[in-house]
Amino acid sequence: MPTLLDTYSSPAGRHDELLDDGGTVRSQWRPLIARLEGLGLDGICARAQLVSDSIFSDGISYNVHAEDHEAPHAWELDPLPLVIAPEEWKYLASAVAQRASMLNAMLGDLYGPQHLLAEGLLPSALVFGQPSFKWPCVGIRPPGDVFLNTYAVDVARGPNGKWWAIADHTQSPAGAGYSLQNRIILSKTFPDAFRQLQVQPLADFFRTLLDGFSRLAPTDGEPPLIVLLTPGPGHESYFEHAFLARYLGYPLVEGRDLTVRDNTVYLKTLRGLRRIHGIFRRLQSDLCDPLELRADSAVGVPGLLAAARAGRVLISNALGSGVLESGAIFGFLPGIAERLLSEPLAMPSVASWWCGEAAALDHVIEHLDELVIKPAFSDMGQPAVFGHNLSGAERDEMIAKLRAQPHAYVAQEWIPMSQAPVWGGNGLQARTVGLRLFAVATGNGYTVMPGALGRVAASPHQEILSMPRGGISKDVWVRASSPVRRVSLLKRRLGVIDLVCGGTDVPSRVGDNLFWLGRYTERSEATARLLRATLSRLSTGDNDDESSLPDLLAACHHMDILAQAPESDATDDAIEKDVIAAVCDPTQIGSLANMSQQLVYSAGQVRERMSSDNWHALNRMSRLFDQPFQSVGQALAAVDRTMLDCISLAGFALDDMTRDEGWRFLILGRRIERLYRLAALIEVVLGYDDDARERSLEWLLETTNAIVTYRARYRRSPEVLPVLHLLIFDDTNPHAVVFQINQLDIELDRISRDVGHPRVDALSVMRTALNQFDLTRFEADDTREACHALAAVLAKIAGDTSALSENLHERYFTHTAPDVRKH
Amino acid sequence: MSAIRYHLLHDTIYRYTHPVSESRQMIRLSPRILEGQRCLSHRLQIDPLPSRSEDWADSFGNLVRTIDLESSHEHLLIRAESWVELTPPEHTEFDASPTWEHVRDTLAYRAGRALSPEILAASPFCFESPHIRLKREFAAYALKVFTPGRPLLAGVQDLMARIFNEFTFDPEATDVATPVTAVFAKRRGVCQDLSHVMISCLRSIGLAARYVSGYLLTLPPPGKPRLVGADATHAWVSVFCPGAGWFDFDPTNNTTPRLEHITVGWGRDFADVSPVRGVILGAGSHTLDISVTVVPESEFSLIYENGTSIDLMT
Repeated sequence: MPTLLDTYSSPAGRHDELLDDGGTVRSQWRPLIARLEGLGLDGICARAQLVSDSIFSDGISYNVHAEDHEAPHAWELDPLPLVIAPEEWKYLASAVAQRASMLNAMLGDLYGPQHLLAEGLLPSALVFGQPSFKWPCVGIRPPGDVFLNTYAVDVARGPNGKWWAIADHTQSPAGAGYSLQNRIILSKTFPDAFRQLQVQPLADFFRTLLDGFSRLAPTDGEPPLIVLLTPGPGHESYFEHAFLARYLGYPLVEGRDLTVRDNTVYLKTLRGLRRIHGIFRRLQSDLCDPLELRADSAVGVPGLLAAARAGRVLISNALGSGVLESGAIFGFLPGIAERLLSEPLAMPSVASWWCGEAAALDHVIEHLDELVIKPAFSDMGQPAVFGHNLSGAERDEMIAKLRAQPHAYVAQEWIPMSQAPVWGGNGLQARTVGLRLFAVATGNGYTVMPGALGRVAASPHQEILSMPRGGISKDVWVRASSPVRRVSLLKRRLGVIDLVCGGTDVPSRVGDNLFWLGRYTERSEATARLLRATLSRLSTGDNDDESSLPDLLAACHHMDILAQAPESDATDDAIEKDVIAAVCDPTQIGSLANMSQQLVYSAGQVRERMSSDNWHALNRMSRLFDQPFQSVGQALAAVDRTMLDCISLAGFALDDMTRDEGWRFLILGRRIERLYRLAALIEVVLGYDDDARERSLEWLLETTNAIVTYRARYRRSPEVLPVLHLLIFDDTNPHAVVFQINQLDIELDRISRDVGHPRVDALSVMRTALNQFDLTRFEADDTREACHALAAVLAKIAGDTSALSENLHERYFTHTAPDVRKH
Repeated sequence: MSAIRYHLLHDTIYRYTHPVSESRQMIRLSPRILEGQRCLSHRLQIDPLPSRSEDWADSFGNLVRTIDLESSHEHLLIRAESWVELTPPEHTEFDASPTWEHVRDTLAYRAGRALSPEILAASPFCFESPHIRLKREFAAYALKVFTPGRPLLAGVQDLMARIFNEFTFDPEATDVATPVTAVFAKRRGVCQDLSHVMISCLRSIGLAARYVSGYLLTLPPPGKPRLVGADATHAWVSVFCPGAGWFDFDPTNNTTPRLEHITVGWGRDFADVSPVRGVILGAGSHTLDISVTVVPESEFSLIYENGTSIDLMT
C-alpha cells in the first residue's frame, strides 16, 4: 500500500511548497502530513467529501458567467490547506503592508499634488491615459487621507523560492470573504491538525476592518451606519457580498436603496431615510455615480461623488483607486517607494517593461520570445500574449502594434510559479499555486490577514490562475510561533438578544416591489375575469341583438385591456383576433401576458421573500405565454390558468408570509388595485344607455366574482339597484367598493403606527361621498340621473385612488413627499 | 480691432411625459474667464426652483452648477444668460512656432526628467479619453501634413484645412454616440465630430489637444434679420505649444477663432463639458428643446425690442 507521499511528484525547475530540494517534507508541513498519513487515503477521501458537502449545504457559489439564468457555479475548495511557516509569513506580511502604504500614498499624490508626475517618477500616460483614473475625483481627500481601506495583492513564488507581486487589487478587492468561508470549512474538516499547527485566526483581521470603518466614517457623533453596496444577485461574487455583509453585520444594499440629499447619503427604508456614514463598495468606481461617472450605470447612486467631495461619507475604497491596477506601473514602483516612503520596496514585482519608454520598447522587441505582452490600459480588453507562441505574420503584427502605440503595452517576464499538492481523489497532485493576500488600513499603516485565498490551476499544466476560468481555491494556514487564542465574529449560538421579530428597516425597494406585486396580481386576476367573460361569449357564437358582447368589448377597451375600441362593423374573426391578442401578446400594454410579465418581474425583485410554492406558480405563469395562441379555446385555458395562479398567490400572501412592514404594502397594493378597478368598471357600465346597462349587469356580477352571492340573495335576474348595492355599498362583500375602503383604512392605520409617519388620509372623503349618496334615487322610473351622479362619485374615487397610490410612492418608496423626514 | 461684446441666451427645456419626482443635474453653461474673454454678467435661471443648488469648479476649472429637485415636476427649464466681452488675440506667426517633433518630444516621458508645470498641465490632453482614440489611421492622416520639421502651429492649421476640405458637415450622419472612428470612416459629422477627429489625429502623433465648448456668432442669411434661437452651441479644438500656451482652431469653419468664438469650457472631449447632464427618477420619456441666441451688443436692442432680460453691467 503506497503512502500518501508516494503519490506526489513535482516537476523540475519549480519551487515546491511541500518538499525541499532533497525531497523531504518541509518542517511547517510535517504535523499535517503526519495527520494525513494517519487518516490513510480512504480517510482523506471521506474528509474531501465533507468539504464538498459543506460547500453544497452553505450554498457557496461563484457565478462563472454571472448571467441571470445560469445556475451559480459551486465554489471549489481543495481539502488540503497550504501551510506557511511563521518566519516566512513575517516577511510576506511586512512586504504587503509596505506595498499597501506605498499605493495609498500614490493615490494621495495622483489625486492631489501629482509630485510623482512632475518629478518624472511615473509617466503621465499611465495615469491620465488610464480609463480608471477618474477626473471627477481629483482633489477629493477621503476621510483620514485613506484611499485604500482594503487592498489585495496576488503573489507567487519563483524557482528560487522568492516571492513576487503579480497583480495589485486596489478598486474593491474580492476574495477575503471566500477565504474566510474556506477557513470555516477546513478548520472543521481537520480540527485536530488545525489546533496542532497553531494556525493564526482570521477574525482579528475583520475586526480591524470594522474598527477602521467606524473610526474613519464621518458620523457627526451618530452611531456609524455602514452598508455593503453590491451590484446585485447577478454579480459573479454576490455570494461573497452577502456572506461578508452578514459576517460584518452591515446591511447589504443596492444602488437603488440609497439616495443623496444635501450631499448626504441615505438608506431608503419604509420607516424613512436613514443616514449612511460609510459604504463598503463591491462596485467598480465607474458604476458608482451615473451623474459624474458612467452615465449608463443603473446600479449606482446619483450624487455619490458630491457626497464624497463634501466629506460626508466614507467610501471604501476611495472612488478612482482602480488606477493602480495596471502592471505597467511595476517598473516604476522601486523609485516611488524610495520617494514616498524613503525605503526600498521589500517585495519585487514581476519584472515589467512599459513600452512607452524607447529603451524599454527596444528591449521588448529584442526579447519578445521570453516575455508576456499585456495591455497597459484597463479598457483594452486584450488577452495576455505569450511571445514564444507568436510566429511569422502574428509576430510581425505584434511588433507593428508595439511600435505604433508603444505606450499601450507592457511586457512582463514569465515566472515559472511554485507547485503545491492538491487532493486528486486517490492521491496528491502537483499544481501551480498563487496566493491572494489581503490588507486593511489601521490607524497606523496596514495589517495583513494571516491567511490568504490560495488559487490553484485547474489542470496540471495550466499556468493561469483565475476563478472565472474555473480554478480551485485553497485555504492557507499561517502557523504561529506560539499558541493562539480562538475568536470569531460569528456567534456560536444565538442568544435571546439576537431573536428577530418581524423585519426592521425594510428597504423601500422591497416595499415598492411588494406593493406592485400586489397590484399586478390583482390586476391580472381582474383582467383574466373580464377576458374570460368575453371569450366565453365569443366561443358560443351567440351574436344576436341581446348579446352583451359589444358592451363587454367596450368595457375591456375602457379598462385598457383591448388596444383598440371595437368597431361596430368588425367581423367576428377580427374581434376574435383582437381578444386573443389581449390575452397572449406580451408586447401589448395591458394584455394579460404583459401583466403576467410585470407580475413575475416584481416578484423576482423580492425573490428572497417568496417561498418555493410561490415560485411554482410564478414559473408556470412566466412560461404560459411562450407560444402565441390560435384558438379561443387555448386562450380560455390560459385565462383560467392565470386566474388560478393569481388566486394561489393571493392565498400564499395571506397564509404564508410573515406580516412585517413589507407584507402590509403587498396587501395595500392589492386593495388599491381592486378599489380602482371596481370603481372604474362600474363607472363604465353606469355610463351605458339603459338597454346596454341592463344587459351588462350579468357579466358585471360575473367579473366581480359576486354572481353567486347575488343569486343566493335575490333569486332573480340582475337588477340595477341590488347589483349596485352589492358591488358598492355592501361592507360584507369582499368585492365591494366600500369593503376596499374599510380595509385600506385599517392597513394605512397600522402602517402609520408602525413606521411613524403621519396618516395618509384620502379615504374619509370617499366614504363620505358614498354615505351621502341616496340610493332611493334608483327607485325612480328614470334612473339615468341617478346613474350619472353615482358614476361621478365613482370617477372621483378612482382618481383619488390613483393619487393615493402616488402619495404612498412618494412617502414610503422615493421619499420625495414634501414633509419627508430625515433621521 | 477693439473689444466686442455679446449677449448670450441659452434655453434648455425638458418636458417629461410622466411626473419626475427627483432630479439631479450638472450644468456647465457659465462662460470661463480667460485672457481675451471677460464675463461681464451671468445668470442661470431654473424653473421649477431647485430645492438646492451648488456652484463649484470641476477638475478642468470649468464652472459648474449642480441642482437638486426633490418634488414632483413635469418640465425643467434652464436659462443661461450672459454678457461677454472679447478682445482680439495678438497675432501669432505660425511658421515661427517650434517644430512638431520638438513639441512631441517635450511632452513624451523620459525616466527621471521633471515636468514643468505647463507640461504637467498639458499632459491630461495627450491620451485616449471617452470620445478620443489613439490609432495608427489617425496618425497616418496627421502625418500627411505634419511633415518632418514642420512648425507645430503651421501643421495644425494644415490639418484643420485638410479636415475642413475632406469632411462634410452633416447633422444627419452622426449622433452623440457615434464613435470617432466611424466619423473618420464616413468623413461626415457636426462640429463635435470634426473636433473629435482632429483631436484624435493630434494626440495620435503625441501632441496635446483639448476640446473647447462654447458659442459661435452666426450671420443670418443675406437679407434676413437675426432671429432669437437661430444659433447653436459650438465646439472646436485647442492645441498646446510649449512656452506659448494654447491656440484655438475651428475645423468646422477652417478658421482660427478671434472675435466670434465664445468659450464656455474645455475638457479632454465632449464628455467632460456636456452642457447639461443629469439623472432623473421617474417613468416615461422626455422631449428636449434647446434654443441659443448670440447677439452682438450693437444689435441687442433690435432683437430684444421689449427691453432686456438682464441688464448690462459695466
